[in-house]
Parts: sequence; structure tokens; C-alpha cells
Amino acid sequence: MDPLSTAETWAREGRAVALATVVETWGSAPRPVGSHLVIDGDGLFEGSVSGGCVEGAVVSEAADVIETGRPRLLEFGVADETAWRVGLSCGGRIKVFVEKVA
Amino acid sequence: MRLDLLAELNAVRDARRAACIVTELASGDQRLVIEPEASDPFAEKIRNAFASGKSTTAESIDGKAVFLNVHVPSPRLVVLGAVHVSQTLAPMAATLGYEVTVLDPRTAFAAPERFPGVDLVAEWPDVALPRLGLDPFTAFAALTHDPKIDDPGLSAALAAGCFYVGALGSRKTHAARRDRLAATGVKAADFDRIRAPIGLPIGAASPAEIAVSIMAEITAALRKPEIRA
Repeated sequence: MDPLSTAETWAREGRAVALATVVETWGSAPRPVGSHLVIDGDGLFEGSVSGGCVEGAVVSEAADVIETGRPRLLEFGVADETAWRVGLSCGGRIKVFVEKVA
Repeated sequence: MRLDLLAELNAVRDARRAACIVTELASGDQRLVIEPEASDPFAEKIRNAFASGKSTTAESIDGKAVFLNVHVPSPRLVVLGAVHVSQTLAPMAATLGYEVTVLDPRTAFAAPERFPGVDLVAEWPDVALPRLGLDPFTAFAALTHDPKIDDPGLSAALAAGCFYVGALGSRKTHAARRDRLAATGVKAADFDRIRAPIGLPIGAASPAEIAVSIMAEITAALRKPEIRA
């Protein structure tokens, strides 16, 4: 399923929706710039911004974005501890923009 | 993203047109660009991104980080002529991510047994092409060697602005084609977009090698439109 179509469908159904987009990558990154992950208010998601490594972290950040309505720019990489914790072990770094759909 | 902007973006994508979402990353401010205007500070970057299919970051005049997310339709290949070359060209293009259709009104050629798993249409081009909807993200290769079939297909591909239009045939054949198409109103500037003899000059001998030379030429037209062999 295409994440952008899913985002529109979910929003029209009245669900709270956030859209995450890979905006920058360095080194070996599993998904190219422009890849989308769509998340709803219950944490249900479609699409991907990595090979499954950081989706969990993005989904929890999305909950805040949905609540506040303010976009966030997240960065994951092997160099910082958070990234190790969420496991971007492929050696790359990515920046993910998370915004509310409304 | 505003829902109305998302809906507009999805409608443009459904219509197989290129689109770019310009996002200012700090504020989240966004706009949709379909045809970059000359006054757009990112016009050139967006045009390049449309050609490469690659999204990119940029910086605004006042130093703000901006993300240009391009959405381009998946490329298609329409092959006119269910000939020997097409039997290799069609699966090769599918491997490269193209949606492929092979078209030939001659049912003996357009036999499903010859093209397993390929979208095969046994119709005349003037019947089938309006339905198939050629567009700037479509490559068109005319391979029947029969002017009755190739000519109307080539005219339609040029009119639709296909990013690649190639035709099988020698220089002599192509010169005769120029006269015939001119007589039907095809402008010289449009006619000159036809790649003929088709394919990169790699000394291709077998039908499969000719398919390689055509696919390489199509790839160059898609990824490096400024280069023309």
C-alpha cells in the first residue's frame, strides 16, 4: 500500500495522522531520501523510513507530533547513543521529518 | 502536511505527473510545485530532481533548510512490434522497473506464448495508444519495420512528449520515414527527436544484443536527458 494514499484515507476517516519522511541520508542507509512512513494516533503504521531499525522510535515521536501539531526533525546514526539503542546498525545516518496531517 | 495539499499531491500522482513538495524544515511550511515557475528560487533544483527522480535538500536565500521531495511516475515502455527483439526487451525493461506493454496488430506476432507474463495488446496503435495514454514518463520503441504500423505510433509518441522515441530501420529507411511523417504534418523539430537507427552504437548483432542497445539508450534518455548519443 502506498503510504501517501494511506495517509489521505486515514485522515479522511477522521483518524489522527502523522507523516514521517526521510529527508537526508549519509553512508549506508536502507531507504532512500523521500521514503515515507505514515502513523495513526494508535501507533498503527504503514511504509518505512529504514529497514525496520528506527520505525519504533519514529512512531513514538509521531504521537507527540500528533498531540502538539508541531513538526519535528529527528536524526538517527551510529555515532549517537540513541541510535544504538534503536538499532540503526547498518552504519548509516538518517534525518527524518515528522509532521501532522490535518 | 495539510490534508488538502496531500489530496492534491495524490491526485497529481494518480494522473502520472511529476510533483514536488517543498518543505521548510524548521517551520513545516509547505507548498506543491508541478511546473516550476522561473521566479521560483528552487526552479532549477526542482527541474533537475524531476529528471533524476531524486529528492534533495536545499537552502533558502535567508539560510533556512528546505526539503524538496519529488514524486515522479514510474517509467513505462511501450514497444510497438511483438518481434524477436521485443521478446528480450520486454522482460529486460520489466527488470529495470518499467511497466511494459507490447503492442502489435498482427496476431501471429502478438501471441501470448511468445510473451509469457508480458502485457500484450493485439491492436492497431491508433486504437490502443489513446487508451494506453502515452506521456512524458513513457519510452516508445517502434520495431515492426512496417510503416503502416510504426508511423502512426511514432506520431502519437512525439505528440505525447514521450521522453524517448526510437525507431528500428536504417538511415535510408529513416529518410523515407521523414518524408512520410512530414506529409502527415509532423514538424521537423519533433521528427528529430526520433532515435534512429535505434539503440546505442555498441555493435549489437543478435536480437538480444539489440535489445541491450535499446535499453541502454532508453536509460540514458531517462537519467541523462542532456546527453544524446
